[in-house]
Amino acid sequence: MASVLVPELPTPGFSFENCQRNAFLEHKGFPAPKATKTGTTIVGIIYADGVILGADTRATENTVVSDKNCQKIHYLAANMYCCGAGTAADTEMTTQSVSSQLELQRLHTGRVVPVETASTLLKRMLFRYQGHIGAALVLGGVDRTGPHIYCIYPHGSVDKLPYATMGSGSLAAMAVFESRWKPNMSEEEGKKLVRDAIAAGIFNDLGSGSNVDLCVIRSSGPAQYLRTYEEANVKGKKQGSYRYALGTTAVLKTRVIPLEVESVSVHQVQPMEVEPSR
Amino acid sequence: MLNINDNFPEYALPGVKKVHFEPYADNGGSIVAIAGDDYAVIGADTRLSTGFSIYTREQKKLFKLSEKTVLGATGCWCDTLTLTRLLQARMQMYEHEHNKAMTTPAVAQMLSTMLYYKRFFPYYVSNILAGIDGDGKGCVYSYDPIGHCERSTYRAGGSAGAQLQPLLDNQIGLKNMQNVTEAPLPREKALALLKDVFISAAERDIYTGDSIYILIITANGIQEEKFELRKD
Repeated sequence: MASVLVPELPTPGFSFENCQRNAFLEHKGFPAPKATKTGTTIVGIIYADGVILGADTRATENTVVSDKNCQKIHYLAANMYCCGAGTAADTEMTTQSVSSQLELQRLHTGRVVPVETASTLLKRMLFRYQGHIGAALVLGGVDRTGPHIYCIYPHGSVDKLPYATMGSGSLAAMAVFESRWKPNMSEEEGKKLVRDAIAAGIFNDLGSGSNVDLCVIRSSGPAQYLRTYEEANVKGKKQGSYRYALGTTAVLKTRVIPLEVESVSVHQVQPMEVEPSR
Repeated sequence: MLNINDNFPEYALPGVKKVHFEPYADNGGSIVAIAGDDYAVIGADTRLSTGFSIYTREQKKLFKLSEKTVLGATGCWCDTLTLTRLLQARMQMYEHEHNKAMTTPAVAQMLSTMLYYKRFFPYYVSNILAGIDGDGKGCVYSYDPIGHCERSTYRAGGSAGAQLQPLLDNQIGLKNMQNVTEAPLPREKALALLKDVFISAAERDIYTGDSIYILIITANGIQEEKFELRKD
């Protein structure tokens, strides 16, 4: 029995109940709202001691920048991260869902989950939805078999590569990798290469912009998320002042509601104890 | 409605093909023009692009038509080139015929006529004309692609026009404000405002950036200026 206090649990998976209605509305000339796409540059490389992932931070809605500093490198597990390009909501939700499955897997087996597992979970999820989940991913991580970079396309195909790029700036970034990537690079060399590849996307691809984010996952030791590794573009300095004098904005109506405080009580909330991951 | 060609391309009949001719390109870019009592300033960004890629970071989109008239044009760049060449030729013909240079309002009227001449295959261009009129006052004329013309004191156009215009409305037109007194806009303030609105537009419009090329038109001639914008 479902009620307001005890609501019925929703069935797992997506709800398709509005599909027919929306198709009808579209047929009548009422188009569906557009999703935020991240015209993006995302990359990943393998270096001597692990992997380095990189991403720009621009999100666009058509030709307008909707977020100037968004995060495109998503957490999957302590030993792996995943860069996302394409429909913003799809990359976010897909990585969150897989991250949760990976954590359950880790608790179940009591081992560090291999990167292969994440790649398989992601490709199965994307293949099931036949490309309707618009997520193009660069997955990177380390496990007992070494460092791995995977390229996962929205339709569910997977490439396992030593260096990979995705998104609208992928050609600009790949040009940098093709000319300069080599096996067994040092961490400093690798970070410089990934920065340069992302910068190539930021400056030459209009869908990419703002800052460079990096994530270094070493075989030895924890992952290092370098949010805003470099501010590639600084906002111009305004010459004029755009402050308004008091009383510039018209006040249309004023109403004062007196608030009477009857009693005050303070509750202390104890934080829950959680087992740390890894 | 399920359509075989749209939804099941692999079941569509072979040989049945729609060929689409796309005569226009959108090469982006924005323009701002401000007129004062005895001057006019006009600025355009210098990025020429298509889709997600940049053709060049240093394309000047302002055309000095005479000592007192400047045209700013963005949109389909090939149409801009054709239109401005035609415009320059027509202005030269006028000069030979009447033995005097065209005034800015005269150029403005001619441009309108030339655009409407192509009513059913328009030039895909957003035009803004700035200059000094016959009385020595600054003037700005703005157009739609098929020749509607309007004289104003300030105007923004191009890909970020919709983002730029409200700020100009507020700062120059003093819209949506109480207790403000109208005062003539000094040239330095107009120039600073022009740069500032472009800084904001470059933040949000992917087709606006790299730098601005500015022309300041006064009775003594035309001054040039360049101002850097973000390059991503």
